[in-house]
Amino acid sequence: MRHMIDPLDFTTQEVERLLALADDIAADPSRYREVCRYKKLATLFYEPSTRTRLSFEAAMLNLGGSVLGFSSADSSSASKGESIADTIRVISCYADICAMRHPKEGAPLRASMYSRIPVINAGDGGHQHPTQTLTDLMTIRRRLGRLENLTIGLCGDLKFGRTVHSLIKSLSRYPNIRFILISPDELRVPDYVIREVLEPKNIPFEEVTSLEDVMPQLDVLYMTRVQKERFFNEEDYIRLKDSYILTEDKMKLAKEKMAVLHPLPRVNEITLPVDNDPRAAYFEQVQNGVYVRMALIMTLLGLAE
Amino acid sequence: MKTTRNIDSIENGIIIDHIQVGNGMKIYNLLHLDALECTVVLIRNARSTRYGRKDVIKIEGDIHLDLELLGYVDHHVTVCFVKDGEIIEKKKLTLPHRLTNVIRCKNPRCICTIEEGIDHVFELTPNKTYRCIYCENPAKT
Repeated sequence: MRHMIDPLDFTTQEVERLLALADDIAADPSRYREVCRYKKLATLFYEPSTRTRLSFEAAMLNLGGSVLGFSSADSSSASKGESIADTIRVISCYADICAMRHPKEGAPLRASMYSRIPVINAGDGGHQHPTQTLTDLMTIRRRLGRLENLTIGLCGDLKFGRTVHSLIKSLSRYPNIRFILISPDELRVPDYVIREVLEPKNIPFEEVTSLEDVMPQLDVLYMTRVQKERFFNEEDYIRLKDSYILTEDKMKLAKEKMAVLHPLPRVNEITLPVDNDPRAAYFEQVQNGVYVRMALIMTLLGLAE
Repeated sequence: MKTTRNIDSIENGIIIDHIQVGNGMKIYNLLHLDALECTVVLIRNARSTRYGRKDVIKIEGDIHLDLELLGYVDHHVTVCFVKDGEIIEKKKLTLPHRLTNVIRCKNPRCICTIEEGIDHVFELTPNKTYRCIYCENPAKT
C-alpha cells in the first residue's frame, strides 16, 4: 500500500504522472465526479487548519466520495490520551483513505506504520507538507511550463516553514535548479536541508537577507508567513514577523514572467495591491491544490489508471 | 602435568578488539557486562600495532552481543568469536544503518515525545549523521 508522507515518496516519474492527471482534472473536472463514489476520506486534523482540510474535503467531494473526521485534537480521542497507532487502526475500519495533520513531527509516518488505508501527510509540525509541495509544483509547471532550469527564491520563515523544506527537497531532484534562501538569521533553513539535500547534490544555493537585491534573478518567489504557532517565545515572533513584505515597488524589480507563490494564509507579507499583479499566483495555487489532491486520492486508491 | 593459563586468555567466548582507548569502560557499562557471571576481562591501554594503544574486552562464555549498539559506540571495533581456544570468526564493525532505542530523540516537537510505546529509531544519513526517522532531527549525545 502506498502512502504520501514525505515529498520524496513518489519518484519524479510518479510526480509527473500525478501532475499530468491533475492537469487533466483541471481541464474538465466533471469527467471525474463519480470516480470515488462510495469511497470515504477521513480528515484527521489534530491542529487547526481551514484551507488544507477544506481542500482535501472539496477534493473528495468533487470525486463523488464522502468525508468524515475531526478538525481539532480536542474533538478527537487524542484528548483522552489515545495514541496515533491506536487511532489509525480504528480509522482504518471507517474510511478508505485518510489525511492527517498533526502538530508533532513524524505523526503521519507513525500512523502509516499501523494503517490499513493510505495515509496522506497533511502537515506535521514544522516538518513536511507534501501535498502543498505537489500544489506548488503544479503551479510552477503550469505558470512557467517546466520544473527544471529555474532560480527559486524562498523568502521569510525558512526554519519552521514546512512547505519550504518539502519544496526544496522536491525541486532538488530536477536539473539545473538554483535556490536563493532569503531570511533573517534566526529563521534560516535548517542545517539538515543544506547538509543532506543541497550539498550532496551540488545544488547551487545562497543564503541572503535582502529580498530586493535578488529579485531580478528569480523565476519563482515563494513567500512564507512567519508562523506565530511555531514560536515558544512571543518576543521572538514579534521581532521577526515583519521581516519581509512584498510590495508593488519590489515587484517592479522582478522578471516579467516571475511567479509569486505563497502557501497561504498570508498576514501582511504580501500587500493587497500585489494581488492584482498578473505574476501573483497564490490564489491559483489554492485551486490547483484541490486538483492535485484529487489526483493524489485517485492515485493512492488505485483509481488513476 | 599442570598447566597455567593467562588470566586474559579465553577458551570459548568473544574478544572485542581494537576498542579506541577510553571506550572500553563505556562498552563494558553499556553492554551490562558487570551483570555476567562468566569471566570478563577489560584491558585498557594495550599495545596495538594498528592504533598504538587500544582497549580490549574478553568474555568467557556464549553470550548474545548487541553488535548494533557496539558499532554505534565504537565502529573501529573487531569482534572475534573464539571456540576451543581458536578464533573461528572475525567481524569488523561498521556504523549500523538503523538504531532502535539506542539514542533518544530530544526534539520537543517530535511525535516520539508523546506517543506511548514508540521506538526511538535513528537512521544513518549519507554524511554519517544519525537522524530520527520521524522528525529528521540529528541525534544529540
